[in-house]
Amino acid sequence: MVKKVVEASQAIAEALKLCKPAVIAAYPITPQTHIVEHLSQMVADGDLKSEYIRVESEHSAMSACFGAACAGVRTFTATASQGLELMHEILHIVSGSRLPIVMAVANRAVSGPINIWNDWSDAMAARDCGWIQLYCETAQEALDTVIQAYKISENHEILLPTMVCIDGFYLSHTYEPVDVPESLNGFLPDYDPVVSIDMKNPITQGSFGTPPHFQEFREQQYHAMNRAKRVIKQTNKEFAEKFGRSYGNGLIETYNIDKAKHILISLGSICGTIKYLLEKDNIKDIGLVRIKSFRPFPEEELREILNEYESVGVLEKAVTLGIGGPVWSELRGLTSKPIADFIGGLGGRDITLDNIREVFDKIRSSDTGVHWLGSKLKGDYDD
Amino acid sequence: MMTDLFRKGHNACAGCPAAIAIRNIMQAAGPNTIVSIATSCSEIISTQYPRTAWGVNCVHCAFENAAAVASGIEKAMKVRGQEDINIIAIAGDGGTSDIGLQALSGMLERGHNVLYVCYDNECYANTGIQRSSATPYGAWTTTSPPGRLSIGNETFKKPLAEIAAAHKIPYVATASVAYPDDLQRKVKKALSIRGPKFIHVQAPCPIAWRFDSSMTVSVGRLAVETGMWVLYEIENGILKINQRPTGKKVEEYLKVQGRFKHLKPKDIEKIQKRVDEDWKNYQEWEKAEVKL
Repeated sequence: MVKKVVEASQAIAEALKLCKPAVIAAYPITPQTHIVEHLSQMVADGDLKSEYIRVESEHSAMSACFGAACAGVRTFTATASQGLELMHEILHIVSGSRLPIVMAVANRAVSGPINIWNDWSDAMAARDCGWIQLYCETAQEALDTVIQAYKISENHEILLPTMVCIDGFYLSHTYEPVDVPESLNGFLPDYDPVVSIDMKNPITQGSFGTPPHFQEFREQQYHAMNRAKRVIKQTNKEFAEKFGRSYGNGLIETYNIDKAKHILISLGSICGTIKYLLEKDNIKDIGLVRIKSFRPFPEEELREILNEYESVGVLEKAVTLGIGGPVWSELRGLTSKPIADFIGGLGGRDITLDNIREVFDKIRSSDTGVHWLGSKLKGDYDD
Repeated sequence: MMTDLFRKGHNACAGCPAAIAIRNIMQAAGPNTIVSIATSCSEIISTQYPRTAWGVNCVHCAFENAAAVASGIEKAMKVRGQEDINIIAIAGDGGTSDIGLQALSGMLERGHNVLYVCYDNECYANTGIQRSSATPYGAWTTTSPPGRLSIGNETFKKPLAEIAAAHKIPYVATASVAYPDDLQRKVKKALSIRGPKFIHVQAPCPIAWRFDSSMTVSVGRLAVETGMWVLYEIENGILKINQRPTGKKVEEYLKVQGRFKHLKPKDIEKIQKRVDEDWKNYQEWEKAEVKL
């Protein structure tokens, strides 16, 4: 184990040096650029023996990964925001074709207005594309999650692609001390595709699925995604045995919940700030549940936890217009306890300690509304 | 007798030029081939689950990305130590000259060892005969109908092979399903060259062009004989014309197709003028031996 002070972007590149994807196809977009720059240098220096395709768009990045994965090799790409939107079409096809591609997403707001800073609008808009989505809190977790992602995706019971989500700038461009394993020590087996291009026994991939067949393809994907809950937990455990680090049970992580009466739920790097504040203000009545796996959604674990507490709040950097926050809207079905939504940090707006204190107070009052953190708008919207 | 690698039993219409094109391409390419096929007529007639018409590895992803998918396949097979494989991307004119032009340009520019074949039926035939940038001047399609204010399609075809050649790739050719020996020779030649190659095959579609399904080949021949479709190769930037027009007027080609039946003499004159100009240009280009 080597300790390096790196950004999450470099931590991800270090993970790929260990996972050795045969083909990388990527297109630069802020704030993903440092990932592809590090990878390019590693390939240029011969430290990573991948074929690196400098494609002309994210659509082609995902398409080239699709082709390479059909040919039976491990692949990687990375993107953010508009890039994820541009490859959206192919995201569905990759999942429907059961190709275990791993992609890092440096989460960024989607236009308009154009904005390069962090929120989760990009990945959360892609939540129904059939990809596993794992959100990271730290650079260390980004490295560890990329390694785990290949193991989860390539598991023959799963065969679904994974997005490893890191908050743009907050993680992608922020330096932290990170333990970089010198080897994977057998943790990740060589990629062993179930089907792929075989020159001796030719196959057709990407068939035309007519009504008598189409639905069963989706049904099988659905069950594979459900099985992923078990495999993510198991992979988290195996990783802990090998490397001494784990992230909750792999799906969710809890903090300060033992004596708490109320629960705050969030994802990603903001959880580090929430943990800091809970400690700093010596808060005992509020606990944090961090959702690491947004897809598959850890429904059972969350239902069990939420119903043990008086009230719940969700702090999230995305909004689904016409409903509320995407995380909140999914959680409402799991509990009859009061559950409030706090939408903030959109387009890189800072979520301050005072913002989080406001959230705590609202949760304590068993609020159930949708709130915009730090809003500068005044007035009655008659909605 | 070689076994067909694009087999009978597919769902093509009678007289389908895509099926003729692909059968000939595969006869020329042989079994050591991987095909990346775009969403198109040729894809839906050949890959209906759980059957396949393909006797080689065939990969389909989407409409606009056959070239990008082929790029990924090529690199993956290289890593697998299998570099001596023919990788052929196949797409229609919509999937190539419109929605797939960017992915095609990227693949050509990056220098992948891929042969890209566009079979050109001059419209979006698969979705019901809508206008593409390969639709010829004056042609009826369902989205370029002639009307009180319109002649039909108001633009001339996008010069796709010339756009490909502008990437300074080693081999570009035009071909026609009506000249299968020429098509097969060009496929073989392209596959003997390393790097990106492009072949643009005219594919007269009985359904879209409105002629009897027995006439696919004769309409294709008329296109070449009238100069509406010029067969040439651009090898390392040098143009060579393979088949000279016989002097037949474009009217002979236009009148056998229902898609042109609304054209008036002055419209036909305009098309003849353009064909004459183009033919003059091709001859001058060939004669000059100018490297593109």
